[in-house]
Amino acid sequence: MTAYTGRIAATRRGRTVGSRIAAGLAYPLGLPILLLVLWGVVATRATSTFFPDPLTIAEAFRQTWVGPAFVEDVLPSLTRLGLGIAASIVVGIAAGTVIGLTQWLRDLLEPLLEFLRAIPPPVLIPVAMLLLGITDTMKVVVIVSGAVWPILLNTIEGVRGTDSVMKETARSFQVSWWERLWFLVLPAASPRIMAGVRQALSVALILMVISEMFASSSGLGYRIAYFQRNYLIAEMWSGILLLGLVGVFLAVAFGLVERRVLRWYHGIREVNRV
Amino acid sequence: MSDRRTLLRVEHLRKVYESATGDVEAIGDISFTMDAGELICVVGPSGCGKTTLLKCLAGLLRPTSGVVEMDGAPVTGPSPAMAVVFQEYGRSLYPWLTVRGNVELPLRHKKLTRAARSRLVVDALEAVGLAHAARSHPWQLSGGMQQRVAIARAIAYQPDVLIMDEPFAAVDAQTRADLEDLVRELHASRSISVVFVTHDIDESVYLGQRVLVLSTSPTWVQEDLAIDLPPERDQITTRALPRFTQLRTHVYDQIQRAKRGQAVAP
Repeated sequence: MTAYTGRIAATRRGRTVGSRIAAGLAYPLGLPILLLVLWGVVATRATSTFFPDPLTIAEAFRQTWVGPAFVEDVLPSLTRLGLGIAASIVVGIAAGTVIGLTQWLRDLLEPLLEFLRAIPPPVLIPVAMLLLGITDTMKVVVIVSGAVWPILLNTIEGVRGTDSVMKETARSFQVSWWERLWFLVLPAASPRIMAGVRQALSVALILMVISEMFASSSGLGYRIAYFQRNYLIAEMWSGILLLGLVGVFLAVAFGLVERRVLRWYHGIREVNRV
Repeated sequence: MSDRRTLLRVEHLRKVYESATGDVEAIGDISFTMDAGELICVVGPSGCGKTTLLKCLAGLLRPTSGVVEMDGAPVTGPSPAMAVVFQEYGRSLYPWLTVRGNVELPLRHKKLTRAARSRLVVDALEAVGLAHAARSHPWQLSGGMQQRVAIARAIAYQPDVLIMDEPFAAVDAQTRADLEDLVRELHASRSISVVFVTHDIDESVYLGQRVLVLSTSPTWVQEDLAIDLPPERDQITTRALPRFTQLRTHVYDQIQRAKRGQAVAP
């Protein structure tokens, strides 16, 4: 008897959890699925070869990217992207902290930084090719040349904006330079820094593709450009799909890190909202 | 309070803020001394340079002229013998650190073993009644509790002098009464000397063994008043004493005179 009621309770709980998950997925996935269906309907009716239906693209995706191409094209791209993002973060935060903490350096560099930031990084690709050759280093440099600016400028602003009472507190307790950097300056700037990193991620992805389209024999950008030139339309679309997925993955990974790093920041905002 | 040695000596302290639009003389000429173990309150009309005085005492500001001496040695910068409790607890505590992390931070550069450091932190948090909140973040606590954290951070630092800058100006009246009693209790039990800056006359009389009444800017000490209330004080009976009323009325008059500019420079 008791076992029986227990089982009922279990199934009921299971169902509510299941329906909750279903409801949680319905909203984020609903519109993409609807669009895919719509695309499928339109594509089967249209005669244009440039818009294959989703099933053809899915098949092309499997054939193109699952297998050796993943190692030959996707992994090198992702490696360069990862290196570029990592270098941008390290250089951006390190240089931004030094500049943000040093008044005269800021006055000296700020106009120059504004100028450099305004240069669209793709125009640097020929220059980088000339100086560094058609190498991985060149592509990473191109990614950094664009992705470093939002991090650098946000770090400068964040470091400069450290609260005066917080600084005075550290001074009155004779907190050492390194401790001040680690426990005050960087955490205080972290909301700005993270905002910069978020922008940098999308810039880095764009530059990864562009740097490979110019001069390369491997990589996602190279592959997509190759498919375009050879009228492999479904394969081209599958490459674009893969880029979108990489972007989504970056955003999700960033969201996880951000929630951890800025837990205090979101906590304060929640407290203030109540 | 058996030893009557002078701990803090301020002589002819003067502070002028220089700016492009003209110099502002915040402090004219302040002199006073404080014995070890004393609790002194500093009151004055608003804008009289209380915070400036306090920053000069704490070594956060360089006086234009005059001397601040701590234990016979001139104060030239922040020293481990002093700890400051700021008015804006929300901006003085670091929101990314836990309560424990905040109290511990100033101890990191002291040459202490991990265990000794931990003991100081736990002891300080217990003293302010926040042992249970060690793992919380400051913004999860009420204003009064946050100021307790700031006080715990200051006493864990083991200073000779606790310098408090209008610490309870931003908390509600009941919390304020509790915090006042906490300061008196810490002062009595830990033999820390306290300089307590406030704009609240009743608070200064209730807390202090002495009250320094400051004039308007450029500031001097208008009166150095000994508070002859019994050492055991509590919010209800002490504040109901006729002597308490006399003293607060006296201080109030002094400040009114200061505001009208009728006080005479020494």
